[in-house]
Amino acid sequence: MQNVLVVGATSAIAEATCRLYAARGARLCLAGRNTQRLNDMADDLRVRGAQDVAVHALDVNDIANHAQFIESAWQGRSGMDVVLIAHGTLPDQTACETSAELSLQEFATNATSTIALLTPIANRMQASGKGTIAVISSVAGDRGRASNYLYGSAKAAVTTFLSGLRQRLYAHGVHVLTIKPGFVDTPMTRNFKKGALWAKPDAVATGIVRAIDRKRAIAYLPGFWALIMLIIRCVPEAIFKRVKL
Amino acid sequence: MPPVAYSWGRYPRTAQTLVDVTDRHACLPRPASSMLPYGNGRSYGDSCLNADGDLLRTRALDRFIAFDPTTGVLSCEAGVLFSEILNLAVPQGWFLPVTPGTCFVTIGGAIANDVHGKNHHRAGTIGHHVVSLELLRSDGQRLQCSAAENADWFSATIGGLGLTGLITRVEIHLRRIASPWMSTETIKFPDVDTFFELSAASERDYEYTVAWIDCAAKGKALGRGLFSRANHAPALADQRPDAPKRRLTMRVTPPVSLVNPLSLRAFNWAYYHRQRQPAWRATTRYEAFFYPLDGIGQWNRMYGPRGFLQYQCVVPPGQSASTIPRLIECISRAGGGSFLAVLKQFGDIPSLGMLSFPRPGTTLALDFPNAGPSTFALLDQLDTLVAASGGAVYPAKDARMSGTHFRQYFPGWEAFSRFIDPRFSSSFWRRVME
Repeated sequence: MQNVLVVGATSAIAEATCRLYAARGARLCLAGRNTQRLNDMADDLRVRGAQDVAVHALDVNDIANHAQFIESAWQGRSGMDVVLIAHGTLPDQTACETSAELSLQEFATNATSTIALLTPIANRMQASGKGTIAVISSVAGDRGRASNYLYGSAKAAVTTFLSGLRQRLYAHGVHVLTIKPGFVDTPMTRNFKKGALWAKPDAVATGIVRAIDRKRAIAYLPGFWALIMLIIRCVPEAIFKRVKL
Repeated sequence: MPPVAYSWGRYPRTAQTLVDVTDRHACLPRPASSMLPYGNGRSYGDSCLNADGDLLRTRALDRFIAFDPTTGVLSCEAGVLFSEILNLAVPQGWFLPVTPGTCFVTIGGAIANDVHGKNHHRAGTIGHHVVSLELLRSDGQRLQCSAAENADWFSATIGGLGLTGLITRVEIHLRRIASPWMSTETIKFPDVDTFFELSAASERDYEYTVAWIDCAAKGKALGRGLFSRANHAPALADQRPDAPKRRLTMRVTPPVSLVNPLSLRAFNWAYYHRQRQPAWRATTRYEAFFYPLDGIGQWNRMYGPRGFLQYQCVVPPGQSASTIPRLIECISRAGGGSFLAVLKQFGDIPSLGMLSFPRPGTTLALDFPNAGPSTFALLDQLDTLVAASGGAVYPAKDARMSGTHFRQYFPGWEAFSRFIDPRFSSSFWRRVME
């Protein structure tokens, strides 16, 4: 039986992932801002087979509260087998360009809060010597693009942080997974025109669980994004700056 | 340009604004003109469309709320699919009390059309198994409806075509099963009279009965077909493996309909003669028995870019022996119709909804590739026969019946219209109220 902690649990990808763990009979611990939604999810996950579901109200930007949240999440458990960090927003890039305040706010939600959470979580996991920390970063973090570089730079910070954390925790038997979804059809992207590259949250969730099971380090989801991003990373900056992306 | 939403028949096509409902506790949005709930788009015609208005997509309301494996009472949000209920319930020994021929319908949509299945003579319609539901009105009111509470709203909403408000939450009673297997028997019949005899003889001992008819056969072979009857199998001693999940999908729409008089005659002839013995018994998985077409994703595309029209009518008991052969003759003479023509005897359990379609008699259902005016003329001809017999046509499958016929088929429409939410409407409703 697995103990699974999910931060940002009401996100579409996280909810789909929780359902897969519920079907395995996991003990789930859900954290997010909207406790009504979390309670609805908890009912659903119990019906789907979760052995136990706990709900924690958490605003990731309220960093002073992190320690208390982590204390209560770990209470009564021998440790976590999986920690999934899935919260995030999709900033309005144009609005960020005229407001430093908004830029920093969005950076805090998508990067600083994750780093803040992972610091004590990493120590707990290191002490228990087992489990996986899986974090949803993004293909957007692989290279800055004019259309969403605030989001991209926040995800780049997360990706780089995870790379270092992975090296550090490897020696202690704790595994770190960087999840890089491409375009996913979720409420966060509801205003985008969808095309052939778009994936459903269910498919991404299946990929996440598989990558965790197989102790993968980096998972592009769906897998073809590894190839797309390889090409995009290889374009020389002199050319890249002239491209509209 | 606003996106085009499809109904299953891919006719008509209308532009509308799509709005996702993601939280059952939230109030309804304020539409510019009107709104209509849209589940998984499995209604065939325009009853799930709202031209130039808003469609409230409910598929994100897909959470279970509670399930008691000792009583079989399931509570869930309205956008949960029948396939999702089966995935949950079958391994725990429970099954849908009533199911249509596809499992890709939402529970909310199933109630809004008061769907029936092959067990109508035993179980009635889905409405008979709804313990309670919550109806959210555009003014923010939440009505808890059941046979005991808000009973008038309950009976308006069952079969209410989504017009009374948004169903947010549903509680239904599932049916116990001992295994996911079905004991089936398929019997060849040479004509419609034999169909009636087989139906009468099977009702007592078989929970599920349905017949496929060869709608292309003429003359002496008119109304021949295969009668299928089944029961849930007892627990099998040998643990058979699960059926492999093969699923093909039609990813593109062919430029013309693959169903035409030639392919139709050939397919139907082969399908009828494939079975050599007069009767044939088998044990099959429930998916193969209830949902043969679900194995091919987007099969509706095979009718080409113009889409198709489905026609399902019911003819009352006294009239069916004379009217059903005339309907089949009409269809076979026109060379239209489809591979899948279905004949079934409804039982006499009265439906609960004010606009419910199922009623005692014989029901005939089939698809017609949309060949333009000739198809519409044929369907009008069928309507004349059905109306003269005192029967009815199924709104969930309709895209063209006249308002006069609708009001004759559903005399409860006037009482029903008092329960329509002032901000709700549909293409179907505006059409039949003209």
